[in-house]
Amino acid sequence: MTMRPITEDDLHGYVDGALDPERREQVSAYLEAHPDVAARVAAYGAERGMLRAALAPIVEEPLPAELDLARMVEARRRPPGPPRWAMAAAALLLVCVGGAGGWLLRGMGSAPAEGLQALGREAAASYAVFAPDKGRPVEIRAEDRAQLVAWTSRRLGRPVAIPDLADAGYRFMGGRVVATEHGPAALFMYDDDAGSRLVMLARPLASDPKAPMTPHARDGVNGFSWSDNGLGYSLVGQAAPETLHPLAHEARRQIHRQA
Amino acid sequence: MTTEMVRLIEPVIPALRRYARALMKDRAAADDLVQDCLERAIGHWHQRHAEGDIRAWIFAILHNLAMTRLRRAAARPRPVPIEDAQEGDLARPATQEDRLRYRDALAALAQLPHEQRAVLLLVGVEDLSYAQTAKVLGIPIGTVMSRLSRARERLSKAMSEVPRPESAHPHLRRVK
Repeated sequence: MTMRPITEDDLHGYVDGALDPERREQVSAYLEAHPDVAARVAAYGAERGMLRAALAPIVEEPLPAELDLARMVEARRRPPGPPRWAMAAAALLLVCVGGAGGWLLRGMGSAPAEGLQALGREAAASYAVFAPDKGRPVEIRAEDRAQLVAWTSRRLGRPVAIPDLADAGYRFMGGRVVATEHGPAALFMYDDDAGSRLVMLARPLASDPKAPMTPHARDGVNGFSWSDNGLGYSLVGQAAPETLHPLAHEARRQIHRQA
Repeated sequence: MTTEMVRLIEPVIPALRRYARALMKDRAAADDLVQDCLERAIGHWHQRHAEGDIRAWIFAILHNLAMTRLRRAAARPRPVPIEDAQEGDLARPATQEDRLRYRDALAALAQLPHEQRAVLLLVGVEDLSYAQTAKVLGIPIGTVMSRLSRARERLSKAMSEVPRPESAHPHLRRVK
């Protein structure tokens, strides 16, 4: 059997323990026959060991607080801001002001139906971006529901409820905050066993609460929009309007009950 | 998702600190770098390849941040040389004798060009495979091997030129 010649790379592989047993054997035999190379390889090994030993204590040190990953994740979710009671007060103020005339709320000035149509377009646009996303359709998954509620409620300045559509066969997947022309909106996503996805978008919307649920269809995405207590909601998907309509009613019922 | 991210990244943090410290030399700058790296990892978590190698991915983030800083710092006077580093900043080896040897090794390491130092540390200390190291540095494996070869040659030469502790630090010998 002819042996491949020993290369410089083999010597480093030997030092780093990266060779397969057979090659390692061959390099060993070579080093026995070449003491000068063996001395060099031994020195490399010793220096490698010295660097490891010199730097080893660093990994034993307790991690400083600023490198606490869980804390960093948390801080990103809730950037330093006013204390919770102040946020709650601000949210309450927003609700009062919204009730008093809605002058702070986006979407103001548009006729009720127009506001709902705009919301429907935004929901369809969000659906087109996020629903086909295989890898990361949502930013916060269903298991971190509490975080998602906290995040979206904070960005919308008011509590946001997540409807449960499991009885209709749609599992809650999670959600995220998305941008709309009228500011931040909460996006919640659902899917069924066939992989068909639904998106519900919610954002502040001053609209006549008695305005009927408004259907819309655009580029193969159907939806129904309504408003309740200063927030506008739109449920969209590729499902037929006959399928979506009862789901939208169910979502509206649950949200209204929780409000 | 979040818990998975924490579960996968957290065990790597001590090694990230070690790599950063060996590159940046002073503790505060190194931890600052690791913090930046973690922020980025959190922010770009969805951009990693799901089936990919988390260790190589996050070391690459750290390495790129470190190189940017080192290049920027190169325009300014040298930072605290290792010899002046505070006790315990780099290591707390067992004996005086060892400590002097380790200090020599780190001093020799500090003399290497950044890219050789990086290869030596990733392969020899962080136990990354040659393929992982190539990924972190964004270079072919062949280049990793030639850099490793040059780095070891140079480190070895520097180490053999360092006077033995007996003659270099007689006052420390007496302490023992």
